[in-house]
Amino acid sequence: MSDRSLAGARRRPSRHLPLQVLLGFLVVYFLVPFWWVIVNSSKDAPGLFGGGNTLWFADHVDYLGNLRQLFTYDNGIYGRWILNSTLYAIAGGAGATILSVMAGYGFAKYRFAARRFSFALVLGALMVPATALVIPTFMMFSQLGLTNTIWAVILPSLLNPFGVYLMHVYARDAVPDEILDAARADGAGEIRTFVQVAFPLMRPAVVTVLLLSAVASWNNYFLPLAMLSDNRLFPVTVGLGMWQGIASANNAGSTSLWSLIILGALVSVIPLVIAFFTLQRHWRGGLSVGGLR
Amino acid sequence: MGWLFVGPFGIVFLALLIAPLGYALYLSLFQKKLIGGTSFVFLDNYVKAFTDPSFLSGSWFVIRFSLVSIPLQIIVALAMALILDAVTSLFTRFSRLMIFLPYAIPTVIGAVMWGFLYSKSFGPLTDVFGWFGTTPPDFLSTNLIFYGLVNVVTWQWAGYYMIILYAALQGIDPALYEAARMDGAGKWQIALRIKIPLITPALVLILVFSLIGTLQFFNEPQILRSLAAGTIGPDFTPNMYAYQQAFALANFNYGSAISFALGGIVFVGVYVFLFFTRKRRSFL
Repeated sequence: MSDRSLAGARRRPSRHLPLQVLLGFLVVYFLVPFWWVIVNSSKDAPGLFGGGNTLWFADHVDYLGNLRQLFTYDNGIYGRWILNSTLYAIAGGAGATILSVMAGYGFAKYRFAARRFSFALVLGALMVPATALVIPTFMMFSQLGLTNTIWAVILPSLLNPFGVYLMHVYARDAVPDEILDAARADGAGEIRTFVQVAFPLMRPAVVTVLLLSAVASWNNYFLPLAMLSDNRLFPVTVGLGMWQGIASANNAGSTSLWSLIILGALVSVIPLVIAFFTLQRHWRGGLSVGGLR
Repeated sequence: MGWLFVGPFGIVFLALLIAPLGYALYLSLFQKKLIGGTSFVFLDNYVKAFTDPSFLSGSWFVIRFSLVSIPLQIIVALAMALILDAVTSLFTRFSRLMIFLPYAIPTVIGAVMWGFLYSKSFGPLTDVFGWFGTTPPDFLSTNLIFYGLVNVVTWQWAGYYMIILYAALQGIDPALYEAARMDGAGKWQIALRIKIPLITPALVLILVFSLIGTLQFFNEPQILRSLAAGTIGPDFTPNMYAYQQAFALANFNYGSAISFALGGIVFVGVYVFLFFTRKRRSFL
């Protein structure tokens, strides 16, 4: 049998109907919360609590009015939370990526003293629960006067041992030693070799690490919850969590806050969903690196 | 020369991982008393933790929760990945993206969203169960919160695990399927005897990640707490208990001891797991 017919066998479209129906049910399950949030963020407080259909739109839909309310409530604190999350995600994500790429490349392509031991430490760190670090990091930062500043959130998110591991695996296979040696023979220094020769070869994994670390920073909750007391520094996760606590604590008194939380949840997920869908080609390729080799 | 590249990460690693761990260990060996100030008590905090009903019940909860939720997530993820690998259509491509969507949602926002859906005052459960003439289960009650949380976690993570497994399945050489077909293997046999064994490294990887994540359970119960205050106490999971001790009661010494003890449980749990799967541990 020729190679061509083997490839054809794999691509032969299969339309197994029962499986597609099962898949349909699963898709509905995964989409229901989004549907509920999209539909109910169109409602005002009376519409939300008025006992209408909870899975369909209100009679009059007023997204713009609701959005205006969301972004003006409490002097526009919500917009600030989104900006804070963006800052934390970009600074933490970019910083963690630069450190991981350099370290992964260093571990993969150089032989130096204590290399094996250091790499074993990094692998061990994959198993340290991130949240076990929150309390002592808070204590250290409070003695340095760093708590309740943006640094309290950005600095801890620079640490990404999984990124180092991913980059190590990727650099080991994707950057041939011969190319590095050729660059050195042409007179390029180590840093220039890294930036101009190795880095372009590692780009798919770099995008994956960047995306994963930015998402981890955007999703962070426990750390900023512990570190920050000024609500103008909150990321959107901590801010919405706080609103939800307030709204639940005085049930009827804050019905309008509930509609803000629902719309706030919807708006807060839009940037990440866009990031994932536009970059999906890159991160999907990168994910298989950690799982396969 | 290698240290030039590894060094910057090394500094961060020392400052933000080794130093806090050392500091937590140090703090956990002391006690602060109203009279007499802070004194060295060696392992007293650990003795206290492992006889503290709050810590023990929280630990027991996360262990039970791992035993139920992790296999469920993996089975759902594996089933979806196998379906998506076997069936090709426009709809399956759309499904793949939609099933992954919850991963793009911060866990906190996911918990907030499910909190809405569970709510008796404006959630859809009352309506949906009303169509069938029954009343809905209250997933925020003491009896059902376990399953309420299992559902949130499965919804959030199954799609991510599915993508990892799917990527691994796509990496298998299709010639193997052809060879198996010539030997008379059917679709089920190919899935069970070829596909699943070949993606074992990816399965081990997601098992380890979900174990580490589940044992430090914090975000979802912390968020649902405000909706289910009577059901989820401040000591619901060890992490929540440590947070309460440190930040609500300013007892940083005991909070550190709980964090450290929890870290120990995670470490032991993961190592026991890796020991039993050591032949297949090709990802490390």
